[in-house]
Amino acid sequence: MGIMAQFMVWIDDRFPATKVWNEHLAQYYAPKNFNFWYYFGSLAMLVLVNQILTGIWLTMNYTPTGEGAFASVEFIMRDVEWGWLLRYMHGVGASAFFVVVYLHMFRGMLYGSFRKPRELVWIFGMIIFVLLMAEGFMGYLLPWGNMSYWGAQVIINLFSAIPVVGEDLAVWIRGDFIISGATLNRFFALHVVALPMALLLMIFLHIVALHKVGSNNPDGIDIKKNKDENGIPLDGIPFHPYYTVKDIVGVGVFLLIFCWIIFFSPEMGGYFFEAPNFTPADPLKTPDHIAPVWYFTPYYSILKAVPNQGLGVIAMAGSLFVLFFLPWLDKSPVLSIRYKSPIFKIALALFVVCFFVLGYLGMKSPNEMRTLVARICTIYYFAFFILMPWWSQWGTTKPVPTRVTH
Amino acid sequence: MSNDGVDLGKRRFLTLATAGVGAVGAGFIAVPFLGSWNPSEKAKAGGAPVEFNLDKVEVGQMVKVKWRGKPVFVVRRDDNTLGKLAKNVADLKDANSEVETQQPVYVSKVTRSINPEIAVIVGICTHLGCVPQHKKETEVSWGGGFFCPCHGSVFDLAGRVFNGSPASTNLVIPPYRYLADNKILIGEDPLEGEA
Repeated sequence: MGIMAQFMVWIDDRFPATKVWNEHLAQYYAPKNFNFWYYFGSLAMLVLVNQILTGIWLTMNYTPTGEGAFASVEFIMRDVEWGWLLRYMHGVGASAFFVVVYLHMFRGMLYGSFRKPRELVWIFGMIIFVLLMAEGFMGYLLPWGNMSYWGAQVIINLFSAIPVVGEDLAVWIRGDFIISGATLNRFFALHVVALPMALLLMIFLHIVALHKVGSNNPDGIDIKKNKDENGIPLDGIPFHPYYTVKDIVGVGVFLLIFCWIIFFSPEMGGYFFEAPNFTPADPLKTPDHIAPVWYFTPYYSILKAVPNQGLGVIAMAGSLFVLFFLPWLDKSPVLSIRYKSPIFKIALALFVVCFFVLGYLGMKSPNEMRTLVARICTIYYFAFFILMPWWSQWGTTKPVPTRVTH
Repeated sequence: MSNDGVDLGKRRFLTLATAGVGAVGAGFIAVPFLGSWNPSEKAKAGGAPVEFNLDKVEVGQMVKVKWRGKPVFVVRRDDNTLGKLAKNVADLKDANSEVETQQPVYVSKVTRSINPEIAVIVGICTHLGCVPQHKKETEVSWGGGFFCPCHGSVFDLAGRVFNGSPASTNLVIPPYRYLADNKILIGEDPLEGEA
């Protein structure tokens, strides 16, 4: 036995290194028909690593106080060697995180990846999504620009809509009667320590749950039903090296786009970094037009569309809450869009349109026409989910093959 | 290990008792963690009342005063404006200031002020906390007042919210009192100490 093999035996006697490697990579059999949509899980991991690394480096020069925060961000941008790059990687990375996570979730909707037995995979994923939104929201306060300030003001005031305790709750979250250095400092602590730890834990659970039940695929077929004499799925291939190599292609394309944005258009025309945020936080002046970053705008639109504050907050929270129940709402006999009825395709397409329209309207200042459109889209958003147990059973589905196609 | 002769009832009691005491302990230790999020003594001390000299405000003009870190709008209204405030009624959600939390008891119900001429209003939108913009009567078609740029809530020059706004309540009137005819103290009620 070679020295390396002896070393591995020594390790394996004390720690299940080879066992874990095999169970989760070399002998983890994934369906062989993964397509384009299956890049985004591993890309989300890549962006996570980017956020953690650049985030740690940013804290080395950032000052989390009301007096020092804005100046320290300027300092990072102008005086710290490569500071501008680290900050742009982090800021653009935040938007990239939501791009890949939204596509990852949409993949689940296309192929019914949340259906039995993957309900917990979906729920852990939804918790990750909510944590990510909290992470993005708190991170957005840290540059202490005027949009940071008023964005946080609006969102924290959502809590004051809760009857009786709301006002005290908002004061408790802020640690002050208005957003102040106290708020900034605790958001910093949550953004760099508490939420990343919670995210890592949930991602771990997401993958453990996935590897227990196995990956779904574009045909929505259970590949464990057709196994060879060794108990290996006939339509499965080991995740490593097949999908690790495939994912490297995705990483390459992703990095090409990511780097192009960082180097040529890091502000993305005001969508990734908003112009009012280049002036320091001013508690006496709200920017003329206030809008959250693009990844929050669909929900923000729903909030604005409801003509009553309390109900608006409930609707916005409900728009996320309803997603948790997706595994039990979809009652179609088949999983994948490939075999679902045309009704599903139309309903899903309309949902995507509504989601984009809501996202667009969330960035715009309200007027009568926009409010009306936002209301229609909000109603469709909720109808899509709440009526899904009925409409998902309508129409005729196509026969599902027993083996995967590609 | 054998379970023979184990008193399961006693074991369940001890398990529950241990868990119960542990839960109470966890509840106690949560107090400092949750309490540390409350406003610090320094933040509370920042809420001292502020004096403001009304001579600085011309008719129709608005001046922002900072109180507890919040903007307070001070507007001087003429008879024409006050006349309009009485007429707006049908378009308002709470024309007679019936929501008690939004103003102290000593301001009048329609003009929402002590001295009708001077409006003192907390410049924080009751919807989601943005600072509304002051619009003069000549600038807009709806009679002037306050427009919130965030979600489009509209308030008249007494801070009363118009129908169709996402905000449900009128702008808050802070506690204040007159120190002299041309001087107010924002943050204190007329007779008692600090509110």
